[in-house]
Amino acid sequence: MSEGIANIAAYVAAQREQAPSLPACGTPSLDTSRAQALESLSQLGLPSQRDEDWKYTSTRAITRTAFTPAAADASCPREFVSQATIEGLDAWRLVFADGFWQPELSQLDNLPKGVQISGLGQSLGSEPQRIAALLGSALGQTPHGFIAMNSAFIGDGALIEIAPDTRVDKPIELLFVSGCSGEGFVSLPRNLVVMGAGSQATVIERHVSLADERLLSNSVSELILADDASLNYQGVQQVAPRGFHVGGLFARLGRSARLQATTVTMSGALVRNDALVNLDDEGGFASLDGLYLAFGRSHVDNHTHISHNAPHCVSREHYKGVLGDRGHAVFHGRIVVQPGAQKTDSVQNNQNLLLSADAEVDTKPQLEIYADDVKCAHGATVGQLDQAAVFYLMSRGIDRQAARRMLTQAFAADVLNRIELPALRSYLEAQAGQRLSSERVRESEL
Amino acid sequence: MLKISKLTATVDGKAILNGLDLEVGPGEVHAIMGPNGSGKSTLANVIAGREGYEVTGGSISFLGQDLLSMAPEERAREGVFLAFQYPVEIPGVANVYLLKEAVNAARRHRDEAKLDAMDFLKLVREKLKLVQMKEEFLYRSVNEGFSGGEKKRNEIFQMAMLEPRLAVLDETDSGLDIDALKIVAGGVNALRAPDRSVILVTHYQRLLDHIVPDRVHVLAGGRIVRSGDKSLALELEAQGYGWVESDPSVVSAA
Repeated sequence: MSEGIANIAAYVAAQREQAPSLPACGTPSLDTSRAQALESLSQLGLPSQRDEDWKYTSTRAITRTAFTPAAADASCPREFVSQATIEGLDAWRLVFADGFWQPELSQLDNLPKGVQISGLGQSLGSEPQRIAALLGSALGQTPHGFIAMNSAFIGDGALIEIAPDTRVDKPIELLFVSGCSGEGFVSLPRNLVVMGAGSQATVIERHVSLADERLLSNSVSELILADDASLNYQGVQQVAPRGFHVGGLFARLGRSARLQATTVTMSGALVRNDALVNLDDEGGFASLDGLYLAFGRSHVDNHTHISHNAPHCVSREHYKGVLGDRGHAVFHGRIVVQPGAQKTDSVQNNQNLLLSADAEVDTKPQLEIYADDVKCAHGATVGQLDQAAVFYLMSRGIDRQAARRMLTQAFAADVLNRIELPALRSYLEAQAGQRLSSERVRESEL
Repeated sequence: MLKISKLTATVDGKAILNGLDLEVGPGEVHAIMGPNGSGKSTLANVIAGREGYEVTGGSISFLGQDLLSMAPEERAREGVFLAFQYPVEIPGVANVYLLKEAVNAARRHRDEAKLDAMDFLKLVREKLKLVQMKEEFLYRSVNEGFSGGEKKRNEIFQMAMLEPRLAVLDETDSGLDIDALKIVAGGVNALRAPDRSVILVTHYQRLLDHIVPDRVHVLAGGRIVRSGDKSLALELEAQGYGWVESDPSVVSAA
């Protein structure tokens, strides 16, 4: 713990040093919120397994070292970006090196009227008051020290603003490349998506690593959806085997707004995703879907919290995990139906497939209902491949390994099938397929 | 084609097959009949190589090769096909995908090139007709939500696609209404060929009205106790299996 405290002190010192040069420094509200976040980081520290919400996820690998906050001069090789491109995906794209926007690697030509996309840092420079007022509005209470750290360092990230009644035809891809500053750095991007009333858009938030190094990305995205707005938000994490990723998705939905979020975790030494969705007004709809693969010694933790704050809202949650080797996954899905949120309709489901005897999953669906006229269902399963199905495929001439792979991909497919962008869907199918076929099937796993 | 000698096998440590002998020549259709628990399904599963069916003695020679030393997928690629008594539902795996993988696995095994998409589709359409299945069937998950009859027709459809040398039909007639039974039988009859043998495992004679066997065997107590031509099936139909069970030679065999 003492080294943990020393490392917190190092983050605090680094922030104090950077603060005067952070964008929009001198804007009173932002100065105050950064200082408050820094204060809560020193108070809270980073979470440990003693915190209920981190019971099954050890952060030791992260907290025992002090990562250096990446600096604004980070840059990313152009070849890496072209390599990382998803084939056939026609999108506006923002590229970030360790959390900092790289305009020259981004593609924002011919943005239609009513669509504002830029680096957050730039916008904070030009409109500090207005942007600062939006920041933190979807966040609510700071849930843990990582989020506090992100808030203390708010500097860059993506800003997307869609004007009312504007429909964005092409997806917007945010590509976050970490490891650009070298080993031992932490990137702290903050993204803000503001959807005007009746607007529609699709956003992809992708995190990749430049190299297999010990690095941390600590990313927070705030989504603000006005009445009747509709947002598809596709999160993809392809973190290096030694890399750590802590991500937060915080959304507020107005009347009859729709959020369809998917989070796909392909890899990473430790990946923790927090999602908080507030259904603030009647008729809101939120779906959270997730697919996580945990192989090798990977640890993936998804914490979701959907709060029904108004009547007649619908939420759907469907998370699936495939675990092999010594992979470990955690799912904690919390649904809260607040007093007065009558006619809430909520379904939550978590299914896990264990391919090895050493893999482990901790799943905790949690319903808290404070209204009396609601329809809520939840369930969780942990299982293995159906041996009868494996034999059936083998009896048709398919070898055991291919049979297992077919069944595993079929298990994962129904989450990927919910992704509406064909190019992204086939890219993820191929990535998942590769990931599964690279894992050797051992007899002990059967 | 197939020669089974003195085969003994256990399931969960319990002896089910007790010295079974059977020889099936090329192009022949043999029916294996017998009461519940006589070992019919065990025989089918042992031929296919299912786990949990432990062979404790005897041998199976298939086209001159030692079948028992082969993995289940090798047997399939060599031309052994089992139509399951209870076809397995596989959510998320489309019928067409399974067929493509299966057909190409066998082709690879024979050092033949993969079927291209056009040829594959042509073959699929031709075989679908045989079992009177619609093309949309191809894109549904394997057996998922299929009726009993659809599942059995799907087995025959797979068999038609894979063109096996030896097809073992494990109670394919059970749970079929008469129309479905006729379709299934029609499919099997269309596939009869001089280099293809069929073993029909069945409890009832009615399938044999539609698929006329060359030989009929009665299995009891884990071995074949009577063999004859198709009239044996009619005799069984008339008398039931009671006489088999009371036959002293059967008692000593069990």
